[in-house]
This record gives sequence, C-alpha cells and structure tokens, in this order.
Amino acid sequence: MALRRLALSGAAALRTSQGHAAALGPQLLRTYASTQMTVRDALNSAMDEEMARDDSVFIMGEEVAEYQGAYKITRGLLQKYGPKRVKDTPITEAGFTGIGVGAAFAGLRPIVEFMTFNFSMQAIDQIVNSAAKHHYMSAGQVTCPVVFRGANGAAAGVAAQHSQCFAAWYASVPGLKVVAPYDAEDSRGLLKAAIRDPDPVVVLENEILYGESFPIDEAALDKDFTVPIGKAKVMRSGSDVTLVAFGKMVGYCLKAAELLEQEGVSAEVLNLRSLKPIDRDAIAASVRKTHRVVSVEEGWPQHGVGSEIMAIAIEECFDDLDAPPERVTGAEVPMPYAQNLEAAALPQVDHVVATVKRMMNK
Amino acid sequence: MLARCAAALRGRTAGSLPAAARGLAASAGAAGGEQPPAAAPTSQPSSSQEDRMDFPGGSVPFTAGMDWHGGAFAPRAPLPCYRTIDAAGREVPDAAIPHPLPRETAVRMYETMVRLQTVDVLFYEAQRQGRFSFYMTSSGEEATAIGSAAALHPDDVVFSQYREQGVIMYRGFSIQNMAHQCFGNMHEQGKGRQMPIHYGSRELNFHTISSPLATQLPHAVGAAYAMKLEQRGTVAAAYFGEGAASEGDFHAALNFAATLGAPVIFVCRNNGWAISTPASDQYRGDGIAGRGPAYGIATLRVDGGDTRAVYNATAEARRIALEQQAPVLLEAMSYRSGHHSTSDDSSRYRAAEEMRAWRARDPVSRFQRWLVDQGWWDDAADTAARQAARREVIQALEAAQRAPKPPLSTMFEDVYARMPPHLEAQRAEVLAHVAAHPDACPADIPVK
Repeated sequence: MALRRLALSGAAALRTSQGHAAALGPQLLRTYASTQMTVRDALNSAMDEEMARDDSVFIMGEEVAEYQGAYKITRGLLQKYGPKRVKDTPITEAGFTGIGVGAAFAGLRPIVEFMTFNFSMQAIDQIVNSAAKHHYMSAGQVTCPVVFRGANGAAAGVAAQHSQCFAAWYASVPGLKVVAPYDAEDSRGLLKAAIRDPDPVVVLENEILYGESFPIDEAALDKDFTVPIGKAKVMRSGSDVTLVAFGKMVGYCLKAAELLEQEGVSAEVLNLRSLKPIDRDAIAASVRKTHRVVSVEEGWPQHGVGSEIMAIAIEECFDDLDAPPERVTGAEVPMPYAQNLEAAALPQVDHVVATVKRMMNK
Repeated sequence: MLARCAAALRGRTAGSLPAAARGLAASAGAAGGEQPPAAAPTSQPSSSQEDRMDFPGGSVPFTAGMDWHGGAFAPRAPLPCYRTIDAAGREVPDAAIPHPLPRETAVRMYETMVRLQTVDVLFYEAQRQGRFSFYMTSSGEEATAIGSAAALHPDDVVFSQYREQGVIMYRGFSIQNMAHQCFGNMHEQGKGRQMPIHYGSRELNFHTISSPLATQLPHAVGAAYAMKLEQRGTVAAAYFGEGAASEGDFHAALNFAATLGAPVIFVCRNNGWAISTPASDQYRGDGIAGRGPAYGIATLRVDGGDTRAVYNATAEARRIALEQQAPVLLEAMSYRSGHHSTSDDSSRYRAAEEMRAWRARDPVSRFQRWLVDQGWWDDAADTAARQAARREVIQALEAAQRAPKPPLSTMFEDVYARMPPHLEAQRAEVLAHVAAHPDACPADIPVK
C-alpha cells in the first residue's frame, strides 16, 4: 500500500533524492564525542580485541588473510595472529561455513566472513539447518558460537546478484541471532557481543558504510565495550512519528528527521541494532509516544523487516495509533545496474519525508 | 609473487612423501594434507625450467605426447578392496594385519552386532505396527559400523549419517536410550526433538544426526581443525553413503580437509543403493575411493562386510590422520540388505536374486564364523546372546512406549543458550492459555 502510494507520488521525490543520499554522512550526527572512527576500523578493532582476549576466536573466509579482506576489514590480523587463526580458504562458501560450524561445535569461536552476504546463499543450508538448529536438536548439549559476518544490502553499481538485503531471511530463523550495525559504536559493540555470544550470530554490515567516519564515545573504545543483542537505540527523540530502521537506513532516517524538523514535524529515530531478537518493547514504547510509525529498509517489501514492525505496532499498540503504519522499502525487483534505475529501486530520504508528511496531512 | 610461491612450495615438498599405511595397499596421494598434489617424485631428475612447469599449485613434468587420462580414453583398473576374511568367513592367508584384534574386543564387537541386528529387526517391526513414525535398518552394513567404531578412541568425535546406529551402540548408547529416542518420550536425552534414529550424545562424543545429506562432513573437518589447533591428539570420524558423496558438501569437506590438514577419517559406506538409485547411476569413475587421491588424500578401499578388515583399516587410518595431521578416506564396500527406510519397498526396484546373493555374504555370519574358528565363540554363546538381546529390546520398547511424552514447556528450550524474552513470552502465553483452557491441550502432552 505504502509502496504503491510511493510509486505514484515518488517520481518528483526521486529527482532530488540522489543529492540527499550523497550528502549523508557523519557530519549530520550531533554528538559531543571527540574521537572519529570509520566503521571499517570499528569492525577491525572489535575482532582484534576479541582475538587477543580469547585464543579460541579465529577468522576464516575468502581473501581474509594475505589480502586482508575484500574490504580490508581483517587488515593486519594475519600479521598479528598468524595463518592458523586468520585462514584463507578455498572458494566454497558451503565449505568454510560448514567448517566454521563444526569448529564451533568443537569449542572454537569462528568468525566466518562472507565477501558479501549475497554469496552466503551458497551456504544457507549450513546456516539454517545446522548452525541455527544444532543446539535445539542436541537438546542443549552442543552450542554453536559462530559469527557469520560480511557486507549486506545494496552496494553501488553492482546490480542484482551483489546488491540485496537478507535481513528478513535470517531474522526469520529460530536459533539465529541477527544484528545490523549502523555506526562505529554499533559496529564495535555488536560485533564484540556477537563473538562472545554462545549462539550463532549473523552480523549484517553495509559496504557503503565501511569507509564512513562516525564520532565515537570514549566508553565505546573500551576493550570490554559491548552492545547488548536484542536492544534497540533511540538515535533521536521525537514526538510526532517514529522512524524505525537498521543499518544504513538509520542515517537516512536521521537526515529525514532533520528535514522534517524544518517543517515542524518531530520525528523519533529508532535504530533497531538487532533484528533477532527484535526489541518489541522499544518499538512499542516509541509508537505509544508518537502514535505514528514508518519503517524504512532497503530490502523487498513482502515478508520484509518492515512487515514485522507493522505487525508489532498493530499487535502491541493498535489503540495508540493515529495513522496506519507505513513501510518505505526497496522496490520489489532485482536490483538494476543503470544508475537512475538503481536509485529508483532504493528508498531515498525524500521518500521518508514524503511518507511522513502525507501521514501527518502536511 | 608466483615465483616466490612456487619456491616455497618446492621447499615444503623437499624429501619423500610420508610413508603410507604400512602393510596396507593405501593409495596415498599426498598424505600430508599440506603438501601439493603434484609433487615431483624423488626418482625423477631434479627439476629444471626445461622439463617441468613450476606453478603456485606445485610442479608438473612436461610431455611432448598427448596422453588423455580418464573417461573412455584410459579406463584404469579399480582400486583393490582390502579384506582379511573371505565371503564364507574364512581367514584370508597373508592378509596385512597391522592391528590384531584382541579376543575381548572381538567378542564385544560381535555381541554388539548381535544387539544391533536384534534392534533393527524389532524396531522395524514396531514401526510397522505404528508405534512410532519412522525407522531405518543397517542390515548388511553392521561390519562397517562396528569394525570402525571399535578402532576409534572414545575421545574421537563422530559425525555420522543416519545408518550408523552401530557406532553409537558400540560407544555405549543403551538399547533403552534408543527406544526412548524413537518414541520421543520424556526420558529421551534429545528431549523428543529429533525424528527416529537421529541419535546423539555429547557424553559419547557422537553428534546428533543432520538429515540434509553430507552436511556433517564439513562439520567433521571443522571439528578436526579445532583438534589440530588445540593439539588434542584425537580425530573426527565422518560417515556417509555413496549417494551423499554426490553432494557439494562432500567436495567441500574433502578439499578443505586436505588443505587444512585436518585429522579426519571419512568413512564412506558404499552400499550400492541411494534409496532406489543404484551406485551405477550415482557416479562415473572408480567409486568414491577413486576421488581420494585426486584431493590429495590417503585412501583405502575396504570390504565393508569384513569386520576385521574395517577395524584394521580404521585403526591404520587413525594412525595416519594423527601422525600426519591429515585426512584419510575409506570406502567400505557393502550392501544395503534392507529397505532404505520404513517409507520404502526396495523389492520394487531391485532384483530378488541380487538381494539373496548379498545376504549369503552376511557380514555378521562371516565374523561369527571367524570367531568360531579362533575358538572364541560357539553356538551356545550365540543362542544366549540373541535371546538376551531379544528380551532387552522388547522390554526397552515397552518401557519407552509407556513413558510420558516431554512436557509442553520444553518445546521452547534450547533454541538459544539462554531463552530470550520473546520466547519466554511465547511460552508463558501458551502455558497460560492451556491453564485457562485445559481441553485445548491433548491429553498426552504434560503441561508444565
């Protein structure tokens, strides 16, 4: 419904949307922290600290060692921890995923890097049927403390098989935990929590965010800093509408909130951080306060994360709602390559603004 | 860069390959898992740029001839099948026996085979009577399960398929535990989660069964890699059928095991049939063993109906895996004498004569004959063992069927190591609902 409305009203918005996307960046975030850190460094330092802390942590995947990761997330780790703990593998996603699962059964804490989550489809049986279920099927006798991490969601100019979001896929599976960091604090805290967690955790990173710098508090630089899995974070407080997002779309929502403020609309931005378990209480508390909710995600609409947020809003606080909840999502098509069509297939800041204004009758 | 890699690889292969299984016809490709497969034989003249090509994967000789290999061009003789006891149960003269079977072990192995046969017959009948949903027998393959299980150390970790119940029995899983599992009752160690014959026990280092075929093979490699990193001095043992060897996970597991140098024993039960698909439709080439050397893995084909041969092959494979920190592949040639499962009638797709011929070579009878020839067993002992097993199985089935089913609340346990709030809420909601509406819950589900 929301999508159809967007399709009808979105043409004008699309014309200006790319400018906003390009302008998104850490300068929009107002915090009082003094240190800046890229998401890449945040992820890298998180793994470095956890490998130093626990000998059972090791990394495997394609190009993670000599090449230091396709996106350089494992930079310097081979030199520091050696080839037994930073392991380049043959090119078989199902192979190194299954080996990671088996090593986790045996008591290690593997970090399995997918070059991107697009390629995790070749290994999804190992993730869904083995990693997620073995603890249950063994009646709690065997844990599987493995981390699956890599770039998820839309990248730029790489089309249908390199540019898609698997959040809804993994977040639907009992036995998996799924987190999606947005900024440097999320990236450090969630990845460190994932590595320490006794269950299999899917860490959905975003390629476009890797090089972005964010302010980070001193506390988040502590080697024992973690972000609790299952808890959302209010990034910006507001009173008229709740914008719920994860990963890169949190930045879009923050930008939309700034634009809406200029129009007299106070938007609250909720960064989900975890998709499984999802923080129902935080979503419900915010919706009870603002009485309106819009979800924003890059993924496809049907059975998407936004669908779950709509369901939570309706199940938890139907009587508090002053307007039907709405979703802003990617178009329900494989990602096109042509630059104009790629932009048209993805949510843009203007879509969020337009959706909220219509919802507010502005 | 390439030159540096090639030089490094040559450096690692200096000297001869480690000796393969002494006394056994092991086909060792590059048994040490970290050596490239194309190592120069030491009898060749030293390599020069003229007669060899050095590349990052190894070193190969040049030839001016165009010699095709494989396929229809060069049908090779199949790898031979190692055995120590013939089809009639007589000792094969001059067989390589690097690990003589002690009497006590041999008798325990045979007694376990008798118990396994009895369980298979009576559990199969119980399923046909509708007492539980599903069953699979291992008849015809008892020697492969028991022979290999006896050669493993209890600390070795087993990742089996679903037709190796003999392995967990030999490790100490009781018939009562098996019955509890098939009935999925409250005493079942797996809390009634897994379908029948998907046994598992952490205490016995036997992972619960993964139904999607061959997924256990990469798991075993990962576990073996952990053992290697932590220098535990143990191996992982991975079991699978020749049909499962067509899965991508088989390739992934063998290639990773070789490149990681993982101490894992792959035990393929080539029983001729994948449900209704004969092995002749499953692959070309020399079976599963034929693939091992191509992966750089030490390989042996063994008579899967010869308990003593399987024992020796596995014990030697374990020695190789530990000493060389490398994988080993065994292909145990056997025959699935029973149906695939209780959902199958194999008389529809295979000849009665074929089944009769294989049953005449029954591995349990062969081993019994050999035991009798050693003077370690006799008819009276056999009758007593079979009667005792039959009593035990019948009692176990009755006790398991009488036992209550697992309570409702356990359904929500163990999804995660610690129950997250959303599952706590769902469990509380279900229990509150059942408390308010007792009729909503079937009588056979204990509420708590």
